[in-house]
Amino acid sequence: MLAPTSAMTDAVRRAVGQIVDPEIPVLTIADLGILRDVRIDDSGRVDIDITPTYSGCPALDVIRHDVEDCVRELGHPVTVNVVLAPAWTTDWMSDEGRRKLHEHGVAPPRRRDSGARLLELEVACPVCNSAHTTEVAHFASTPCQALRRCTGCREPFQHFKEH
Amino acid sequence: MTAVAADPSAAYLLRLADDCLVLSHRLAQWSSRAPTLEEDVALTNIALDLLGQSRALYARASELDGSGRSEDDYAYLRDEREFVNCLLVEQENGDFAVTIARQLLFSTFQLLQWRALCDSTDMQLAAIAAKAVKETTYHVDHAVLWVVRLGDGTDESHRRMQAALDSLWPYTAELFEDDELTRQLVTRGVAVDPEKLREQWDQTVERVLREATMQQPAASWAPTGGRQGLHTEPFGYMLAEMQHLHRSHPGARW
Repeated sequence: MLAPTSAMTDAVRRAVGQIVDPEIPVLTIADLGILRDVRIDDSGRVDIDITPTYSGCPALDVIRHDVEDCVRELGHPVTVNVVLAPAWTTDWMSDEGRRKLHEHGVAPPRRRDSGARLLELEVACPVCNSAHTTEVAHFASTPCQALRRCTGCREPFQHFKEH
Repeated sequence: MTAVAADPSAAYLLRLADDCLVLSHRLAQWSSRAPTLEEDVALTNIALDLLGQSRALYARASELDGSGRSEDDYAYLRDEREFVNCLLVEQENGDFAVTIARQLLFSTFQLLQWRALCDSTDMQLAAIAAKAVKETTYHVDHAVLWVVRLGDGTDESHRRMQAALDSLWPYTAELFEDDELTRQLVTRGVAVDPEKLREQWDQTVERVLREATMQQPAASWAPTGGRQGLHTEPFGYMLAEMQHLHRSHPGARW
């Protein structure tokens, strides 16, 4: 095996990064920011770090298996490590991820500045873009989402909570 | 399998993990039975957070005690006397008010504990705590909203919220007890001194109860023993239900 090159690492990172979240399949694990690191050693062995969104996220076990399958198909032996620190935050979600969520009808998490203050004050309705929305329930179909309702168009929708 | 792990840090982690697991199971018992669909989802999501926290803690305990036990071994193959959770989390769900009172009293304590554990010298425990702080903040918010809504609600909801609080209050004293194990680990920077969390807990709970127009119960008897594996009667029944499938069909998989 040739010594690993950055091109090889990038190829693995790209392939693994395309794996989708089983619970919100419009998002890839790269979009979500849960793919933390990809390393290849001299023997071609791949080490991958992933991090859970929430401690109890049941998607993580599925994602771990998908990552292992993907890297083996590329011909590399692989170890997937689950790392907890630093703790995942929605600030790691990519712009592309936020755009996909919005198109999917889910309000993306609001961004924070360096002082952890929210940059947008309102959660906009993903259907009509009205800023007048209210929270119906803290928790929705997954721990990372809340249920909201738009007071403009009256549609209920999910909001990917800032975390 | 012995009740007390040889490594003191592992023994301490089991206390934290058992608190999470037992409360998680209690909350999961609300699944499909909560007063509204949103509440059903909320309680089971909180249960899921706690289950995830317990898994991470069991995994770390297993590394430290060198037993090679899996998360399932800790959850399903220990007997009642080997569980070291506090008595508060094992109390029966009762009506919705009892469950919410238990959430307020325990989550408020747990949040303070997680915050302090972010500085633990055990780096893995500190990492688990840093993640859990975010989750437990939501659990506290959820409980506070309901305590205020029910306490400051109708005569009936006020009466039941107050009765729930009165029935669980005695179990809160145990949360702040220290012993040989915590003292030893506080010195090493691994654990937090539970007594040090008392003042802030008192302030938070007092503020919420005032807003909810409720009376803080007077100190009375203070049952204890959970950390030594001495549990209240409802716990055995809960454990039998929780462990039944795994013990009847060892190695069963989905």
